[in-house]
Amino acid sequence: MPIKVLVAKPGLDGHDRGAKIVARSLRDAGMEVVYTGLHQTPEMIVAAAIQEDVDVIGISILSGAHMTVFPKLMRLLEEGGASDIVVIGGGVVQAADIPKLKAIGVREIFDADATTQDLIDGVERIVREHGRAAARTKLLQANAAP
Amino acid sequence: MIAQRDLARAISAVENGHGSFAQAAATLPETARTAPAYVVGITGPPGAGKSTVVDRLIENFRSAGETVAVIAVDPSSPFTGGAVLGDRVRMQRHAGDRGVFIRSMASREAGGGLAPTAQEAVRLVERAGFDVVLVETVGVGQVELEVVSVADTIVVVTVPALGDGVQTIKAGLTEIADVFVVNMADRPGANRTAVDLTHMVRESGRETPVLQTIASEGQGVDALFAALQSARGGATNAARAVRFEVLRAVRDRAARSALAKLDEPAARAIFASLAAHACTRRQATDALFELFFTGG
Repeated sequence: MPIKVLVAKPGLDGHDRGAKIVARSLRDAGMEVVYTGLHQTPEMIVAAAIQEDVDVIGISILSGAHMTVFPKLMRLLEEGGASDIVVIGGGVVQAADIPKLKAIGVREIFDADATTQDLIDGVERIVREHGRAAARTKLLQANAAP
Repeated sequence: MIAQRDLARAISAVENGHGSFAQAAATLPETARTAPAYVVGITGPPGAGKSTVVDRLIENFRSAGETVAVIAVDPSSPFTGGAVLGDRVRMQRHAGDRGVFIRSMASREAGGGLAPTAQEAVRLVERAGFDVVLVETVGVGQVELEVVSVADTIVVVTVPALGDGVQTIKAGLTEIADVFVVNMADRPGANRTAVDLTHMVRESGRETPVLQTIASEGQGVDALFAALQSARGGATNAARAVRFEVLRAVRDRAARSALAKLDEPAARAIFASLAAHACTRRQATDALFELFFTGG
């Protein structure tokens, strides 16, 4: 089963070339990538991630608002009962902020030096270690029709 | 309304083969409904504006007080299996609306313009209580017609100047439309395309509406909405869908039954004869057909 990833760009920054390159690279690695486009609010991202039932949310952020966007995103996921969706990020994030983001549950931040292969390997590893396949199977077994 | 999370997970379970449709459906409480969901198929070539039309129609149905689910299919790579599902980009305005549920699906191994489990997804959102289901196909050519098997009413969205009048009399896509939409009607050639389609429709003895829209600005979409509402409840597609489904089932079963007999000595003898140029392909085909299907 392909890994399903939501790629989103929050806020007002209009530069989505990076996000599109990421989407295409993950596609070429055999993943199903939901691309939501520009100007997303955390509410929109979480609603889309829940409807699409993705394994991973990938946030592309260059605006410097990461210390606002990620905490809100993590809170909304928790409120929506969707904390099991893995959140990762990439773009321009100061090194000092990365431990703070990880402390609130962001699994990985890929900086400007990361290659697309680093990203693919990272997503595959994170889903293997923290993915939801097991949880999904359990849900069905619990509700199995007689 | 059922929690969107549960609905989304039920669709994933079927999509990924983690359980049967019945098991997935059992995870959703049955909602009381007075009528089956109205399923509208939106199909047409890539880039014609299908997602934008869907976005506008969501607005119309919501204004009429109905809840709307969208199943939007985009193509999987035949090389890597990966897909970019980008239809949501055009539907952002409805993000905060709990009466709207949008689900993207990759076409995976299916070749008919839908996902292999699109039909199950439609039934799951129906079970979850949505009044209207909009099913958007991948960008299609002329013969990806699978949407016939799921939709009550089919909208074929095209754009001006994709070809001359001859294109409109070719078989396939133009035969399944209940409504034609010439989108991007502000572009040169829109009237010509609409006229060609109108002629084709009349000469076929049909009454299929041919509408012009500029979906990005919402123009003409009210007329499309009205055409859908008037088609609703009519049996426009039911008989066609049943026929399509049954024919497909017959074809699948025939293929399976033939494949099961391929190793029989009589069949091997025919292939050996063909390999030795002792008979033509046509003769071999006739002999195999006789063997497989008429008990010869």
